[in-house]
Amino acid sequence: MSAAVHQVGFDIERIRADFPILTERVHGKKLVFLDSAASAQKPRSVIDTMVRTMETRYANVHRGLHWLSERCSDDYEAARDKVAAFLNAAREEIIFVRNTTEGINLVAQTYGRSALKPSDAVVVSEMEHHANLVPWQMLRDQHGIDLRIVKITDAGDVDFDDLERVFTDGRVRLLAITHMSNVLGTYTPVARLAAFAHERGAKILLDGAQAVVHRAVDVKAIDADFYVFSGHKLYGPSGIGVLFGKYALLEAMPPFMGGGEMIRSVSFATSTWADPPFRFEAGTPAIVEAIGLGAAIDYVDSIGFDAISAHERRLTDHALATLATIDGVTTLGRAQDRGGVVAFTLEGIHAHDVATLLDKQGIAVRAGHHCAEPLTRRLGVESTARASFGVYTTLDEIDALAVGLRRVQQVFGR
Amino acid sequence: MNIATTEDLYQSLIMDRARSPRHAGRLDEFDAEAEGDNPMCGDRVHVRLRREGGKIGILCHETRGCAICISAADLMGDAAIGKADTEIHDLADAFEAMIVTGVIPDRLDFLDLRALAGVHAYRSRHRCATLPWQALRAAIGKTMELRHG
Repeated sequence: MSAAVHQVGFDIERIRADFPILTERVHGKKLVFLDSAASAQKPRSVIDTMVRTMETRYANVHRGLHWLSERCSDDYEAARDKVAAFLNAAREEIIFVRNTTEGINLVAQTYGRSALKPSDAVVVSEMEHHANLVPWQMLRDQHGIDLRIVKITDAGDVDFDDLERVFTDGRVRLLAITHMSNVLGTYTPVARLAAFAHERGAKILLDGAQAVVHRAVDVKAIDADFYVFSGHKLYGPSGIGVLFGKYALLEAMPPFMGGGEMIRSVSFATSTWADPPFRFEAGTPAIVEAIGLGAAIDYVDSIGFDAISAHERRLTDHALATLATIDGVTTLGRAQDRGGVVAFTLEGIHAHDVATLLDKQGIAVRAGHHCAEPLTRRLGVESTARASFGVYTTLDEIDALAVGLRRVQQVFGR
Repeated sequence: MNIATTEDLYQSLIMDRARSPRHAGRLDEFDAEAEGDNPMCGDRVHVRLRREGGKIGILCHETRGCAICISAADLMGDAAIGKADTEIHDLADAFEAMIVTGVIPDRLDFLDLRALAGVHAYRSRHRCATLPWQALRAAIGKTMELRHG
């Protein structure tokens, strides 16, 4: 069924063949991997690039005066160029970090502590991942800023009336908000949010961990001040992420961590800092992982975001329609503009039991609060199961989820 | 396909206790209580008990969680009633060891608790089964005067 309805130019079988893990069996069953929003699987090209780097071109970067170090530094910096092109940014604006979480913590601890005064306010939304809430709570407790939460509507969109309210007193200096919710799938209107913040004298940080996987991101068109994402959700390795920041902002920020690489000169008395991006890359970076991320971007570019977005839209529509046919299933979020994650509950059955019983059928989903505990509480649910999609997901796999959920209900006598 | 075969986790005793727990509820008169919670998933077990003649006479639990957690709390109730505090720690040790190793201990008071041995195969679910025992250990560790409420 799935291959026939896919548009010409998106060869799902060829894409699936790029991901070695998809032929694995789980509990003797064909793997149905519906947990890409937690971390995506890796294509052969990423795996091969990382192995080839370690086998033929590996040394520390920016230090050695030898052939291998120069080659490896070239590859590492080429990855930065790929990320810059991917986001439509300048290479000096691309900082390699471990993941989205580290990127946001970096901004909170450097920009937050230098550019924000204790009387300033930071706004986050009700649908943030813990990664875009806890760092600001820490900054509030350390530095005294006011942390404000903007409401979402019951459909799962940003409530612009409430946004007006939290900005009313003119103290907000930063809006830190997701580009796509990992629970509700909501895409936030980022260009509108950026304009809204800028008109009121605030900067905007976007958590792009989910969005960057599903659609093209142009930080200039959005007019984002900071944009953060992780490599591992984008079919790249774990341990590597990206912080984009406008150069003027980065240039004014103090370092995050001290050590090698990030300095201009060091004496026993004092040190001076290197320019961005190196100021924020203390110590030996995740070299092989950064190069692997470059390969992941090449892979995604080879498919193209027009095809990826259309494929995931089809998957999401199919999932919502299919789950709606199962009695007792409630899906979360009704945003008009939503991406490839669908969180749901099964009446009378805890999400952990759902996940374990699906796992026994070879179907991998996430269950729990998805690192967005305040959001699940806001939605009035304890925990939910979540199916999330990637380039390799098929319509048949969503049908398999539906069959699996009916079996779960049978076990529970529902 | 029947995915709930006898050697599986979701066998009849577990499902029966998850649906119709015998010890669920709120005990109004109690001399020990504690709560265990798992912030990772939001599961919560509140245990209250009353002793009679130095042994647990009644145990009630209020459990918000999955089928494994509810049935573990309820089967714990069966096993704990009639036991003295020192025996509870011994029983809890044996139960936790069974979850970690998958090996059913050779003891008469494990007749029904053995139904949970299958949790061993699901590492991410170990905590669901041991959470009620953690609450019970905490409860007997801070015994108080008989309370009403």
